Amino acid sequence: MNTIIIATGAVTVIGLLCAVILSIASKVMTIAVDEREAQIREVLPGANCGACGFAGCDGYAAALVGGDTKTNLCVPGGDAVSLEISGVLGVEFEDVTERIAIVRCGGARGVANEKMEYNGVKTCAAAKLLFGGASACAFGCIGYGDCEAVCPNGAICVDDGVARVNARLCTGCGLCAKTCPNKLIVTEPDTVAVVVACRNNEKGGAARKKCAHACIGCKKCERECPSGAITVTDNLAQIDYDKCTNCGHCVEACTVKCIEYTRKRAAVS
Amino acid sequence: MKTLVFIILSAALVNNYVLRQFLGICSFLGVSRELKSASGMSYAVIVVMLIATAVTYPIQKYLLDANNLGFLQTVVFILVIAALVQLLEIAIKKYMPPLYRALGVYLPLITTNCAVLGVTIANVAPDRAYTFAEAMMNAFGSGLGYLLAMVIFSGVRGHTEDANPPKSFRGLPLTLISAAILSLSFFGFSGVVENLFG
Repeated sequence: MNTIIIATGAVTVIGLLCAVILSIASKVMTIAVDEREAQIREVLPGANCGACGFAGCDGYAAALVGGDTKTNLCVPGGDAVSLEISGVLGVEFEDVTERIAIVRCGGARGVANEKMEYNGVKTCAAAKLLFGGASACAFGCIGYGDCEAVCPNGAICVDDGVARVNARLCTGCGLCAKTCPNKLIVTEPDTVAVVVACRNNEKGGAARKKCAHACIGCKKCERECPSGAITVTDNLAQIDYDKCTNCGHCVEACTVKCIEYTRKRAAVS
Repeated sequence: MKTLVFIILSAALVNNYVLRQFLGICSFLGVSRELKSASGMSYAVIVVMLIATAVTYPIQKYLLDANNLGFLQTVVFILVIAALVQLLEIAIKKYMPPLYRALGVYLPLITTNCAVLGVTIANVAPDRAYTFAEAMMNAFGSGLGYLLAMVIFSGVRGHTEDANPPKSFRGLPLTLISAAILSLSFFGFSGVVENLFG
């Protein structure tokens, strides 16, 4: 009987001691946790895409609470997330420029010529190392879908040898743009409706031999554009989106069909 | 000095806690999927084993043995180790945030890790009669053995996950079988250390 009492007493005392030490420790070594940070983290999409420029959503949440950044940097989250962040922080709402990814290549199978048969590892990064992949054009889409693999929203898929973006699903996080070994993908504000779908800056004849839809630098678009938004530099048309009015004249004018609408049935005003 | 080296080697290789005594299997199978998390977990285990031994050894010697309360060993040790890990977590969170981010997830996992409890109990076992220094060495060696097993096994798993085994072997069955083969290979250490010092 005596042993039971001693044993119970000993365990109770040790337990109490541990409890006291722990509660003192948690009081003494407490860290001021800003609960707004957890709230913001809750609001953010959690894709950890890095479009905001911070190391993942945790980093952005911490920076927001620190107060040295803007609330409209989360592109995938869009206006809804920005609104909620502003609510948590009690600052004014700032509009987010929604962005979408744009693939600047139109060299689908049968359009771009092939210079070899590639039987190596089926990733763009690997194919790029072997003479730039199977396509004759070293600037174009390699077509093994590294971007497709990295996209958190399933918004991009390789169709007929060229990556295509589903504008409805794309949140503009830009992970594909970072992954593409040929730097073919860019994110642009989603108001953009036309794109030069070519990156080949070789002279017209050389580019034309490699791909039927390669920009040959003929400058027809430059002349046709009513707002002077297109310039041809390095044998490649470039659109200044600050001037572009999405009129679509360039798409009609382009003889090699390398200027495309970014959406299949784009509403051109 | 010779005894201390002997203790470390035999704890890490011959009496490897995971592969020879089958303690800490849950974390061994659970966290060994990636090398990074496996080594992170192992470092945490080493630290906790050392601290737990440092605390439980005096408790056993001066509290339990002195008062004839040896039968309370398991209960008291679990209680103390759990409280200790909590305390460690709070302290690391406060003073070493980068280390906390590295170890953070694994520390609570160790609270009830049987390998830690096993080491502390083995250290005070009457048939070993370890001194305090020897007990600490044994804890360190056991932690090293855990690290070794985790690192090797995460490498093995890296290969088995990539392989394309028959459907019935996929997942846990293959993991258990490869753990068993790895364990068999560690049985080959029996006698090696004894002969080295013999």
